[in-house]
Amino acid sequence: MNTLKNNLKSAFLILVSTLTFIGCSNDDDPEIVIEEEVITTMTATLVPVGGGTTITLMTQDLDGDGPNEPEVTVSGDLVANTTYNGSLVLLNETKNPAEDITEEIEELDDEHQFFFQATNSIATFAYSDTDGDGNPVGLSFTLTTGSAGTGTITIVLRHEPNKGATGVSDGDITNAGGSTDITETFSVTVI
Amino acid sequence: MKHYILIVACCFINIAYSHNCNSKFYGEVHDFHDGSPIVAATIYIETLNKYIVTDINGKFSIDSLCDGKIIVHVSHLACETKRLEIQIKGDTFYVINLEHHIEELNEIEVKGTSSTKLTKTSQETLLKTEDIERFSAFNLGDALKQISGVSSINTGNTIVKPVINGLHSSRVLVITNGVRLQDQEWGIEHAPNIDLNASGSINVIKGANALAYGGDAIGGVVILKPPSISLKDSLYGKTIISGQTNGRGVSVNSSVTKTYQKGWYVGAQASMKRFGDFEAPDYILTNTGLNSKGFSVNTGYKTFEQGFNMFYSFLNNEIGILRASHIGNIEDLVNAINSQQLLVTDAFSYDINAPRQDVTHQIVKADFYKRFKKFGRLDVQYDFQNNKRLEYDLRIGDDRFKPAIDLTLKTHTVRTNLKIDAKSNITHEFGVNVGYQNNFANPDTDIRRLIPDYDKYDAGFFAISNLRLNDNINLDLGIRYDFNRIDAKKFYLTSRWEERGYDEDFDDIVIEDAGNQLLTNPVFNYHNISASAGMAYQLNDNSSFIFNYGLSNRAPNSSELFSDGLHHSAARIELGGLHIKQETSNRVSGTYKYNHDTFSINLEGFYNHINDYIFIEPTGTEVTIRGEFPVWSYNQTNASLFGLDVTGQYNLNEQWFLNTKSSFIKGRDLSKKEGLIDMPSFKTVNILGYSNEKWLQLHTELQSELVLRQNDFPNNNFDVYIATTDSSVLLDISSPPPTYHLLHFQSDITLNVSKKTNLNIGLNITNIFNTSYREYLNRLRYFADDLGRNIMLQIKFNY
Repeated sequence: MNTLKNNLKSAFLILVSTLTFIGCSNDDDPEIVIEEEVITTMTATLVPVGGGTTITLMTQDLDGDGPNEPEVTVSGDLVANTTYNGSLVLLNETKNPAEDITEEIEELDDEHQFFFQATNSIATFAYSDTDGDGNPVGLSFTLTTGSAGTGTITIVLRHEPNKGATGVSDGDITNAGGSTDITETFSVTVI
Repeated sequence: MKHYILIVACCFINIAYSHNCNSKFYGEVHDFHDGSPIVAATIYIETLNKYIVTDINGKFSIDSLCDGKIIVHVSHLACETKRLEIQIKGDTFYVINLEHHIEELNEIEVKGTSSTKLTKTSQETLLKTEDIERFSAFNLGDALKQISGVSSINTGNTIVKPVINGLHSSRVLVITNGVRLQDQEWGIEHAPNIDLNASGSINVIKGANALAYGGDAIGGVVILKPPSISLKDSLYGKTIISGQTNGRGVSVNSSVTKTYQKGWYVGAQASMKRFGDFEAPDYILTNTGLNSKGFSVNTGYKTFEQGFNMFYSFLNNEIGILRASHIGNIEDLVNAINSQQLLVTDAFSYDINAPRQDVTHQIVKADFYKRFKKFGRLDVQYDFQNNKRLEYDLRIGDDRFKPAIDLTLKTHTVRTNLKIDAKSNITHEFGVNVGYQNNFANPDTDIRRLIPDYDKYDAGFFAISNLRLNDNINLDLGIRYDFNRIDAKKFYLTSRWEERGYDEDFDDIVIEDAGNQLLTNPVFNYHNISASAGMAYQLNDNSSFIFNYGLSNRAPNSSELFSDGLHHSAARIELGGLHIKQETSNRVSGTYKYNHDTFSINLEGFYNHINDYIFIEPTGTEVTIRGEFPVWSYNQTNASLFGLDVTGQYNLNEQWFLNTKSSFIKGRDLSKKEGLIDMPSFKTVNILGYSNEKWLQLHTELQSELVLRQNDFPNNNFDVYIATTDSSVLLDISSPPPTYHLLHFQSDITLNVSKKTNLNIGLNITNIFNTSYREYLNRLRYFADDLGRNIMLQIKFNY
């Protein structure tokens, strides 16, 4: 009986302390989160072998998953029947200074692969780099233009593709699987 | 102190004993509630082995007693037997109060189950201990599907949320041991953090007619109660071990309870489940394992007049999410849906990798009650809940092992209830509750918060009356008011803020401009009124009707208000809306019950009209560097849901029976004049059962489960441009999967090991024919088939 009384007393204490608790709220402002892994910008730099104008293909989406569309720019026209040495740079520009994501891809190159495609036979591609297992990555590549015309170039980055699947190491995305980190289509003209 | 009194008393008795043997013991036996005399109550004097019975005025008398201590047992039909120690010294008068409420009696007397319904005029179903134990290795959502009209919405087979008459998540309240579960129940992939093994019975009430538990239960209320305690000196326990082929895992649950006749009790329960990858008929569902650990302790003191209870429970679930469901962009989703092939599979493993959830829920509760003679019962309860949710996504670099979502939800609630039941034909119940909740979204995830930091304040009060007009008619009337205030601090991308038009409507809540993000302070107040009215009419011994009406308001949850981000498993951007108002439900229902020895049927029909029904629908697409994503936004419409749930049983003879459970439901969007998304389709479960008590209490059942294709669904399909093939493809995210039919088998036998111990062995096979199927209400249906055959052996030991 006494215990019960004590318990009732402690219940009352709990009640009072809770109400006190409820009384004071936390007015600290939350900390802002600037996302680390966002890729906002991909730049493909195409340097013609044997000299000529360097062409850049760039896509920039500064609000990440926000509503604004990426801005896609192509610096100029490609020259027909020319081989370009291509390289890719990925940035997170939500941070200041911008963070270079390319390094992270290099570190985990066995889990990433870029795929290149062109329409209207305006260009063909070949990988110039490999990961630790001898499979292609695509941060370096060559682009060889065909005859003059217009078309699109699509660059896709897949995370955790199945690099052993049929055709994947030759750059065919069909059986690659994995999840897409970047996909962008550039409209280009070959003159 | 107690001992001292006893010793003194003993001495006194010893001295007194030799003196006087002409004393009279007389008195009256009264009903505790209304003080009326109890006729024909038996008074057994243990020390003398004599019986006396009360007369028509509840009076009794016995002569020629020696002075000293006597022990008497007072009993009456449908009453709790009362044991008293009485000092006789000269002529001794005593008033003895007896309790004759059947429902209370069950709570006290029946070990293991407290099989009572909580309402008289609602569509309520009770699951008893044996119905729950069968699902020891599974989830709350799986167990509730035994009830006609209750289905589930799944993310795989380990995240299972109950759906009552087509409604789920924030529209279904889950009450465990008197505590309203606050575990971020807003999300479809947030399963209730309940260890089924800790409960002794489950009551499911359809609709918002159980106002004592909350006014926003537009779908219904699920009430889990711990096994009840018997007032006797006893030590008992049970252990259930289940092993199953699918998932190649085991589940173990053990509990032990010590009770004392004086009313004290202490119990503890622990369970663990460990499963590896589950399997569909044709492949392994990589990364679908489960690691679950839980325990609870329960102690207190309980008599009819007063008592208290202290309860603590801990539950940790580590749940793997199907690897193939993590997709990068819409093209991956097109690949998954259009191929109907599993995109990622691996060898069987017990590993739980990203994507995965790691959720820990803790409950601390203390409650006290006191009964007042000729008045009623007062309950006071405090509870604290801590819900910690970590979600891990596939991430790269240093962030690989960092959670993508890290939320801590803390809730304090104080409630008090007063039940006035002095009169047997009318009872009143009043209650008040206040609550405070804090959500903290840890910024260390380095991912923008899906749900913001917020403080939430709740206060509510209700009054319910139950009137028994006569033996055949019961009336219920209730009203409730709730106040909710949510005070959040949320960062918006400036581009999103403007795209939503918030810069025009909500400019005043911006408190800081941090470049491309804005810090805002949305504060919303909601006033909710709910009401309930019901009537139960007993037509004759076999037939009865129930009619009821419920009005209920639900304030939008934090997900509906603030969601803002990319949802990986759905490859969609989900957006809440600051403009979302509360939704209002008007629900009418009717029930017909027929009960006979050989045949029983229960028909439950309902119509639920919901104004400003909050739902998520596709509203366009957005392009990011990862490609195009569909945008799903929370919107409001007027909706109507109606349906019929049928449960029937026919006993062919002592051994054989047939049972059917079927439910039909339709959900309509009244403004668009089309079906509502995610409505359960017609389902019928038909059972052929055979029992034979002579054969080791054998019970067997063959179950046929038929689920028809949902043909009434909104068409949200859209064309997607696929860059890699330079083509446009129709993305069919709407079409429900085809009709399926499954067969299941259940059997169990019971061996009596000794007088107090028995062993129950069960063999259950689900999906006997290993049929490949997909369920409309499983969010992973785009990516993989549902579970294949499972053979489970369950051993239950009661001691």
